[in-house]
Amino acid sequence: MFDKLRQNKSFQGTLLVAPTLVFMIGLLIIPLILTAVISFGERDSSGGVIYSFGLHNYYKLIGYSTNCDSGASSCFDMLYVQILWRSLTLAFQTTMIVISLAYPLSYFIARATPSKRNTYLFMVLVPLWTNFVIRVYAWMMILRTQGVINGILGAIANLLHIPFAPLEMLYTPGAVLVGMVYEFLPFMILPIFTSLEKIDNSLYEAAADLGANSIKTFFKVTLPLSMPGVVAGTILVFIPVMGTFIVSDLLGGQKVILVGNLIQRQFLDARDPTFGSAASLVLMVMTLIVTYFYTKKFGFGEEIIVA
Amino acid sequence: MNPHRRSIFVKTMTFLVYSFLYLPIFVLIIYSFNSSKTNILFEGVISKFGDLQIVDGNVLQSPCGPFHWFCELAKNKEVRSAAGNTLEIAFISTISSTIIGTLAALALSRYNFKLKPFSEMSLYIPIVIPEIVMGIGILTFFSQVFNYLNSLIGLQGDARLGLGLFTVIVSHIAFSVPFVVLVVRARLQGMDQSYEEAAMDLGANELTTFFRVTLPMLLPGVLSGGLMAFTLSLDDFVITFFTNGPGSTTLPIYVFGLLRKIITPQVNALSTIWIMVVFTVVLLLQWLQNRESSHK
Repeated sequence: MFDKLRQNKSFQGTLLVAPTLVFMIGLLIIPLILTAVISFGERDSSGGVIYSFGLHNYYKLIGYSTNCDSGASSCFDMLYVQILWRSLTLAFQTTMIVISLAYPLSYFIARATPSKRNTYLFMVLVPLWTNFVIRVYAWMMILRTQGVINGILGAIANLLHIPFAPLEMLYTPGAVLVGMVYEFLPFMILPIFTSLEKIDNSLYEAAADLGANSIKTFFKVTLPLSMPGVVAGTILVFIPVMGTFIVSDLLGGQKVILVGNLIQRQFLDARDPTFGSAASLVLMVMTLIVTYFYTKKFGFGEEIIVA
Repeated sequence: MNPHRRSIFVKTMTFLVYSFLYLPIFVLIIYSFNSSKTNILFEGVISKFGDLQIVDGNVLQSPCGPFHWFCELAKNKEVRSAAGNTLEIAFISTISSTIIGTLAALALSRYNFKLKPFSEMSLYIPIVIPEIVMGIGILTFFSQVFNYLNSLIGLQGDARLGLGLFTVIVSHIAFSVPFVVLVVRARLQGMDQSYEEAAMDLGANELTTFFRVTLPMLLPGVLSGGLMAFTLSLDDFVITFFTNGPGSTTLPIYVFGLLRKIITPQVNALSTIWIMVVFTVVLLLQWLQNRESSHK
């Protein structure tokens, strides 16, 4: 009996993977299904869940109101659509800025001598080891009305004897964008670096021999070959930006509400888990659609593992 | 053509991006020595040692001198318990997820079985789904299960099951395992299987082969997988935010709660310690790794 099991490779493999599957099914797949089920339900008076089937939470998200007669001026309330749209545009903006900042730096590191490469990479990782929340806090100190930037500007104005009114930077959409870019920049640098490092120098030489100038070489050789890294980096940046609520909470005050804030409030303050579940399901579907089309066009880079 | 030639544009951008990355870190550290109690303006470093003297919210003199906020931090009981929780959660979840993940990596690269495609697919869930979706999913799952169990067994009051250290640790294991599997599997794929075959040919059984051949060769991969799980756990905010309960507050959760109310140089002192500790640990690990590779 035992000998038979020892010979059975398929049984052994299943046994080895079993603990992982318990966690994946128990804490990822079942909770996701539960979220989907609850999103069709209703909340009871104490914030609990009544299991039923209705699309009311989704109607609410797209702003369609079912009780138009009760004196409401319009049947459509675009509040939640605006929140979803704001999150999507912010995620796109952040990703674009992060790519344009990360690319030159990654190129610089990839073309450095091998002995210096590790030091430069190490320097990218150090800020990442401070905690996520602490990094947001640092930007609160920099952007405040009496913060670092205004302090420096004020001192300069004082020297030049010009009147100075502090800039209001914290609790604005711009502050949220800066915070997002800062938080996720390293996740773009590492995968782009990995794919740039793989490019053989002889390709650059060949391009130069064939008469391509540096701009042409970049668009015909460097950029196409580094696309797997850009794709992996985009996935690692776009998805978390879509779901983050700390940056908008601390740097945006109550003014910049993203879908992450909306979901968090449904679970902790508003106490409507069914609506929160519907919002998070929509968030998940949105990110999956973007990821699907994006990877379908450019391929799913293996560079994703390095970060 | 010089392979290391980079244009002036690339060099300038590199300098600017590095400055952008480090500016906040320097601000954090400098402000942890701020004499201003409200930490709004930088009033200068607390320079004098002696009995505590505070004038107009400005610390003029402290028994700890410039390290006044570090001493205050050390006295803060909430911080101490949060730090303890953070480390306890990180250690337990790292050890568990490293073992579980290594087993799965072995299965996925060395065995063929029915559930293999499904297992591989499930590993990508935490990468392609926003953390908040997982967080609220796990929260809903636990609260439903606990509600059911509480009414089934008839537990009342404090005896009722609820969120706490256990739920945080289990959730941390869940999101760390896929990363450990991916790292360890990458190492396994680059490993020559002929050593294991040789051991078997010489009469070693599977267990002996695993412990004397496979594991020692796999160890660097297992260690970097473990290190990754550890950093993921230390840094995690979102999942912990939704799964923590009374008595399981971690440092990131504590700091977030504090920042919504007040800003104090204590948070800067905490950040400075955090940066220094992590920096030292990583340098130490790098040094150990370099020493090991130079031995070979």
